[in-house]
Amino acid sequence: MESKTTKKLRVFALVGNPNCGKTTIFNALTGLRQKVGNYPGVTVERKEGIAIDQHGESVKVIDLPGAYSLEPQSPDEAILRDVLKGRRKDTPVPDAVICVIDASNVERHLYLGSQILELGLPTILVLNMTDVAESRKIRLDAEKLAENLGIPVIAMQANSRVGLPQLRVAMSQKDIPISSHKFSGDETLEDLVEEADANAAPVTRQGDEDWEERLITARYGAIQELIDDSVDRTDPYAETGTDKIDKYLLHPVMGPVFLTAILTLLFYSIFTWAGIPMDFIDGSFGALAEWIKGIMPEGDLRDLITDGIIAGLGGVVIFLPQILILFFFIGIMEDTGYLTRVAFLMDRVMAKVGLNGRAFIPILSSYACAVPAIMGTRTIENPKDRLITIMVAPFASCSARLPVYIMLVAILIPGVAGLTKAGILLALYLLGTIFIFVFAWIFNRVLRKGERTPMIMELPCYKLPSLKTVFLHMFTRSWIFLRRAGTIILGISIILWAAYTYPKSDGDASLQQANSIAGKIGKAIEPVIEPLGYERRIGVAVLASFAAREVFVGAMSVAFNVEETEDEDETFQLTKDKLANATRDDGSPLFTPLVCLSLLVFYVFALQCASTVAITKRETNSWKWAAFQFGYMTVLAYVSALIVYQGGKLLGYV
Amino acid sequence: MSDKLTIANLVPDDTAVISGFTTGGAHLRRFHEMGLMKGTELKVIRYAPLGDPIEISVRGSLLSIRGDEASLIEVTRSGPAK
Repeated sequence: MESKTTKKLRVFALVGNPNCGKTTIFNALTGLRQKVGNYPGVTVERKEGIAIDQHGESVKVIDLPGAYSLEPQSPDEAILRDVLKGRRKDTPVPDAVICVIDASNVERHLYLGSQILELGLPTILVLNMTDVAESRKIRLDAEKLAENLGIPVIAMQANSRVGLPQLRVAMSQKDIPISSHKFSGDETLEDLVEEADANAAPVTRQGDEDWEERLITARYGAIQELIDDSVDRTDPYAETGTDKIDKYLLHPVMGPVFLTAILTLLFYSIFTWAGIPMDFIDGSFGALAEWIKGIMPEGDLRDLITDGIIAGLGGVVIFLPQILILFFFIGIMEDTGYLTRVAFLMDRVMAKVGLNGRAFIPILSSYACAVPAIMGTRTIENPKDRLITIMVAPFASCSARLPVYIMLVAILIPGVAGLTKAGILLALYLLGTIFIFVFAWIFNRVLRKGERTPMIMELPCYKLPSLKTVFLHMFTRSWIFLRRAGTIILGISIILWAAYTYPKSDGDASLQQANSIAGKIGKAIEPVIEPLGYERRIGVAVLASFAAREVFVGAMSVAFNVEETEDEDETFQLTKDKLANATRDDGSPLFTPLVCLSLLVFYVFALQCASTVAITKRETNSWKWAAFQFGYMTVLAYVSALIVYQGGKLLGYV
Repeated sequence: MSDKLTIANLVPDDTAVISGFTTGGAHLRRFHEMGLMKGTELKVIRYAPLGDPIEISVRGSLLSIRGDEASLIEVTRSGPAK
């Protein structure tokens, strides 16, 4: 890949508005030679890759976060400016800038473009999506623009790789020119930035409140002049292909119908199609463990490999099908321009609790699994919105909670009262949903200090998706998950395995569990869980579920000494019967309706999923937020279960 | 509540020219950065099915803006008169 020479690679910074096609260009230039990480201290993702220029020389490309303006409104937005000005120690100073502009939104995108040009860095201007612009009857004269700005201007259609060789040629130039075009009058942005930095505060002009407006007006005026000279735009409101499509996709009735259809397909794929590879992964890792059991002598090392490492790896890989499918859909929706339409359609609902429409898809996906959903919050541009969405998403009752619900509801209401059971299940889903909104509302109050920036977003023109972009997106996401979250999940599962295995005792599985470290912890916390109506055996199973809710049934079957069977359904039935008949030490029934309800409420709220903790750590770039999320959800679960049990007792139920 | 006409009072297909803003600070700057200046002409395209946000066409771009933010932008209608 990279040559071994120590010669410093030239660094290009890729900048542009959101939705300008920057990422497609980044992918086209770098292919699989990408590295994704985080900027320390903020939640902004850091993407860089190696591209080969026309001379066959390697250059480094940094994909900077999309922005509407260089003037930062938050530390996250400041990244763009700081990198361009060479102020971040963790990122090399760019030698040149590739500024990407959506040709169909040329006037608005040139606003950021003009600010970039005034930074005085060697710049290549890319006019992307010229085909879309053409369909909107906007014709751009790249040569004229290049002449006026004094820098190379490349017309491009990144999705079909048109213009890519020209961009490579431009990048190969040793002396990329600096534009001397003036967009602002006497005061440049540069001066203002210096002034703001010197005072460590935004620039204010006493007695002249309009200075900023004057400046921006001057800038748009200069852009207008530039465009008049090199852009041929007949009627700004002429009906375009995008308008025709929006007539249907944003139609008051057809719009929501189409969205529902897409989402149904998304969920159908996640639940049905993902099940096939998931079963295969489950089976393969099981078979691998069996095989090793067959060839290795019995002992701690064998158990570590089969029950610790292989089971842990299986627990990581099992997420891949859902992640791939979700990111396939998100990728297609994002690349076509539909994702912003979803945000437009759903904004009203999310705005009620201070979120925006972009949070809709991630939260909805969370009902399948919080892990891909939290990864999907990348599409939310505003970092605060994104953080709030991550914090509340796991309240959605994911598919791993369902078996827990079904078992406890079956014990709660024996027999086949189908409708009542369905009602309780619905109530549990509703409970989680209500708390998504309650806590989004609370966090919105607490985390958002001071003035809010207005929620204005651009609805980009529709275009055909680039499959390369979509697939790269799917695979880089999966790789990040495996490497960043996977290692944490593996670590946690090995620790948990050890906690249930040591110290060893000779008795059966149930005794082993009781005497293990985890069992002892379960016993130690008995006074804590007693007020919830639980006793030691339930405590151990609840503790075990903190690794993953999926283990609830298995842990219960071990805790209550259920006969081992190969068949999962049979284990489920046997465990259910055993639990239904379990008694406390004094002979009274253990799983009273109140205990079942208390447990159900606990499982609705508690963050019992090591993978979610791991992915929150990775996506927020901080253990602090991961710990906070785990803490507040678990406290909420405890308090709610306490209220249900003690309240129920006070009301005379048992 | 001012009785001046704002973007939030317009209906689809209305075109209007921005005459002023009833906000300042970060709000105003973001409006400006998105190309909404005094004197800028815009056209209301549609309201979202749930009544909010509003889609407008400005400087050849389509923008989505929330009703409560649209009501901070005063306009004079330029057509078609209703």
